Amino acid sequence: MSEIFSASVIISILTSGIRLATPYLYAAIGETFSQRSGVLNLGVEGQMLLGAFVSFYVVFKTENLWLGLLSAIIVGALMGLAMAFVTVNLQAEQGISGIGFYLFGLGMSDLLFKMLLGTVETVKGFSVVPIPILSKIPVIGEIFFNQNVLVYVAFLLVPIAWFVLNKTTLGLNIRSVGENPEAADSVGVSVVKIRYFTIILGGILSGVAGASMSIALLNVFQQNMTSGLGFIAVALVYFGAWRAWGVLAGALLFSMVQAIQLRIQIIDSISLSPDIAVMMPYILTIIVLVASVSRVRAPSALTKPFDRGE
Amino acid sequence: MKKNLLVILVLAFALLLSACGSAAAPAEEAAPAEEMPAEEIPAEPFKVAIIMPSSITDLAFSQSMYDALVAVQEEMGGESAMEIVYSEGMFVVDDAAAAIRDYASEGYDLIIAHGSQYGSSLQEIAPDFPTTSFAWGTTLNTFKDEGINNVFAYEANSQEGGYVNGVMAASLSKSGVIGVVGPIQAGDADLYVKGFVAGAKSVNPDVEVNVNWIGSFSDVALAAEAANTHIGAGADVLTGTAQMVPGAIGVAEENGALWFGTQASQTSLAEDIVVANQVYDWTVVLDEMLANIKNGVYGGEAYTITLANGGLVMDYNSAFDLPADVKAAADAAVEGIIDGSIEIPVE
Amino acid sequence: MRSRMNALFDAMLPVFATLAALGVGMIMLLILRVSPLEAYGALWEGAFGSTNAIAETLVKATPLLLVGLGICIAFRANVINIGGEGQMIIGGILATQVGLTFTDAPGWLIIILAMFAGFLGGAIWGGIPGALKAYFNVNEILSTVMMNAIAVQLMNFLLRGPMIDPAQLEKASKIPQTARLAEAFRLPRLVPTRLHLGFLIALVLAILVYILLWRTTLGYRIRAVGQNPDASRYGGIRVRRRIVLALFLSGAFAGLAGAIQVYGVNYRMITDGSASGFTGAAGFNGIVAALFGQLHPIGTIPASIFFGALLVGANKMQRVVQIPSALITALNGLVVVFVVSSEIWRKKRQRQRLALARQAESEDDDVSPSAPELYPPAEEASES
Repeated sequence: MSEIFSASVIISILTSGIRLATPYLYAAIGETFSQRSGVLNLGVEGQMLLGAFVSFYVVFKTENLWLGLLSAIIVGALMGLAMAFVTVNLQAEQGISGIGFYLFGLGMSDLLFKMLLGTVETVKGFSVVPIPILSKIPVIGEIFFNQNVLVYVAFLLVPIAWFVLNKTTLGLNIRSVGENPEAADSVGVSVVKIRYFTIILGGILSGVAGASMSIALLNVFQQNMTSGLGFIAVALVYFGAWRAWGVLAGALLFSMVQAIQLRIQIIDSISLSPDIAVMMPYILTIIVLVASVSRVRAPSALTKPFDRGE
Repeated sequence: MKKNLLVILVLAFALLLSACGSAAAPAEEAAPAEEMPAEEIPAEPFKVAIIMPSSITDLAFSQSMYDALVAVQEEMGGESAMEIVYSEGMFVVDDAAAAIRDYASEGYDLIIAHGSQYGSSLQEIAPDFPTTSFAWGTTLNTFKDEGINNVFAYEANSQEGGYVNGVMAASLSKSGVIGVVGPIQAGDADLYVKGFVAGAKSVNPDVEVNVNWIGSFSDVALAAEAANTHIGAGADVLTGTAQMVPGAIGVAEENGALWFGTQASQTSLAEDIVVANQVYDWTVVLDEMLANIKNGVYGGEAYTITLANGGLVMDYNSAFDLPADVKAAADAAVEGIIDGSIEIPVE
Repeated sequence: MRSRMNALFDAMLPVFATLAALGVGMIMLLILRVSPLEAYGALWEGAFGSTNAIAETLVKATPLLLVGLGICIAFRANVINIGGEGQMIIGGILATQVGLTFTDAPGWLIIILAMFAGFLGGAIWGGIPGALKAYFNVNEILSTVMMNAIAVQLMNFLLRGPMIDPAQLEKASKIPQTARLAEAFRLPRLVPTRLHLGFLIALVLAILVYILLWRTTLGYRIRAVGQNPDASRYGGIRVRRRIVLALFLSGAFAGLAGAIQVYGVNYRMITDGSASGFTGAAGFNGIVAALFGQLHPIGTIPASIFFGALLVGANKMQRVVQIPSALITALNGLVVVFVVSSEIWRKKRQRQRLALARQAESEDDDVSPSAPELYPPAEEASES
């Protein structure tokens, strides 16, 4: 048991957790924006998969990482645009259209993979960039400042998202559209524009979430490689109670427990069935939420289409 | 009002369907296989259908069988001699059952259900098509003792190549720690890992082999993080099985750890660090099956691919500079397994 | 007459939308150099082209309908249940255990007990998120997503160990599956195909759910909680209890779907490590089917058959024209998006009609066939 508390083990668990948290952060921060404006996007996983494939393919062909990232952003934005049209203009039921977009992304990414690549390949992705000075700090430097660019950006997104949502007019407008679209509309905030903005932003961040896996953390593409990660990301938005810092806490908790269960499996003195170990992050996430007895309520207009004509 | 709506909904639905029906090709009742002539007309190609849980490009279990079929097809003289159709991504067991029955009623000569989860379905379908051959794996159960005579079974002694990989892994490890990444602890993956551990321990009883089961066949990210965990625990040699391992191979490469592959050759994913792969070559099994079918034996035989019969092949990465003594140890292990002097405990 | 035409148009909307989606799919097929006529011909044939095809469609529709019925109840109470996958698994496991424990009991008794066990298993797995929502304000999307993952690992654990087929224990490969159920325990088949009694059970239950929701006090309370929790509270309805009950029942139907899948189709539990290997993703597709059926138990019947046909036909299409299964998945996604988007036309017309009716002071005071709001604000659970 003492093995798990040694410094090197803790460092390795924390660095693992930071890496695992990265795609969740992108996707969940994006989802936070769209939910704050009143739109539930269950299609995150599909957007991630398409972003993952397209960025991987572009990097595979051009060896240009930034071009790859850009293509993930474009694909995510396009998926977001389609989602926005369907949920804002056509006022479609959000949860179900999200499932539709998920299936589309799941199938399409695999289809493109089969047609364009045909087999599992690897690319040279974003490599680790130690941050000068900071990375030399013992323990903390190794955990936080010895990662690749997309990991840094994911964590930088948290304060940025907090700032935008809480300290800017844009954020105020997003929140008011999510709470009371009629009132926002009456004071001249365009509900349609705001929702288009947040859904497309969500799509972009989901696309980058996929790219962070395929061209930064894993450097491969495999069919259905996200494996339910996008749905966990949506769940983390609820965990974080629609707040950027809450989402960060949720993503870190889930990922750290994931890293811990992997470590527990290889400790000889603990004999735990692997299936039970794999359950741990899921169970603990629920338990923590129960214990925290959060009383935060969802944006009032979440999942409700806005119809100006009424 | 509402009831009317529902009635109309149902009617409209039926109407549209019948409209579609007349537009589409007239549906024909598939002839039951019993009426199929037992003797094939020579001009007709031999028709094989295969049902696979994952994709034909998974670089693992499904691909190993599909590639073997294509190889046999080439051997036999191309598409005019053998026709291959496939259903991939059939992870839903009852979808697979529907596919098996459908292929059978369309008169396919051999239907391969490439997954141990399909056995129950075959048990049920095979008796209805006595002159169609079915095959499934990995298992040795042909249901012969239940009076079913047209089911072949096949299995891979994946512990054999696992053992050889383990011997090399323990010889090459400087830290004395080896990491294994697996999906769920069952079936083929479990066999491979047991063999691998036994092989490693045979070289160095003190070697530490850490095994992680990530509970999924598709979670590439978790497989990668499991590899990271092993690296963090001091492992300098890794192995893993099933289609989610490419993520783990990437991690091994990044950290300069060595990798041993299984099921298919994974050398192309990381040429610098892949030492060797145990490659499944099902052509041995397929050849025997086809010969049997030709002689009117539609099932009842179980095949195992082994190092001895050439169904399991040790594939060494020529770009990796494997020390001669390690290669010799691996060769000795192969010899020993073939002549029976090495017995691998798999319970 | 005019209203009939309107109703006909509304009813045909999902069909038009599906055709539009298949039209887009045609482009994808042409890119893959596959004849769309041949492909869609195969789709039709696979779904309805023969007795066997129709039977397969209905077999596929059965779990969709059952899960969909649960979704109808949950959505009426304004809770979302995306935990159908996990609930099916737990239902399947408990039901299987019944059949494996009492091997000598008469078939009819075991079938009844097993269906009940499945019902109960799903109810527990749905009731937990319900209780968490009602008493701890844990959002049910979060808890059901997590409970799905937990159920999968629990299944893997049980099928690899405590519940494994004794015959597999002796073999090296140890396939993670239970023993096969005795033949006497299988759900009777209706025609010489795979169509089993489960489909009829689902049909009967659809009617019962309709009666429950619209003809009983309990149903009234569930719907009232969904439509206006505050008013319900003042009216003396215990909101928390109804939320738990709604998810409990919703899970129970999914659990029953799992039990029927075992006793009607698979005759054993087997795992490939994922949920959908056993459920066929019915826990998710059932949600879509319920929505296609306007969240009405009776409307869910044709909707499930429609969706089942699409799934079964698509598999046939893959076999006949040999396209990657990925195309089918993408196509299904398109169908869902198109159908759900087409709803706006129905809503617009409904609103127009409503305005007209108000003008004419029509006596038609039937309940609107669609739920006014699908999703609740998350905090409704708090009573204080």
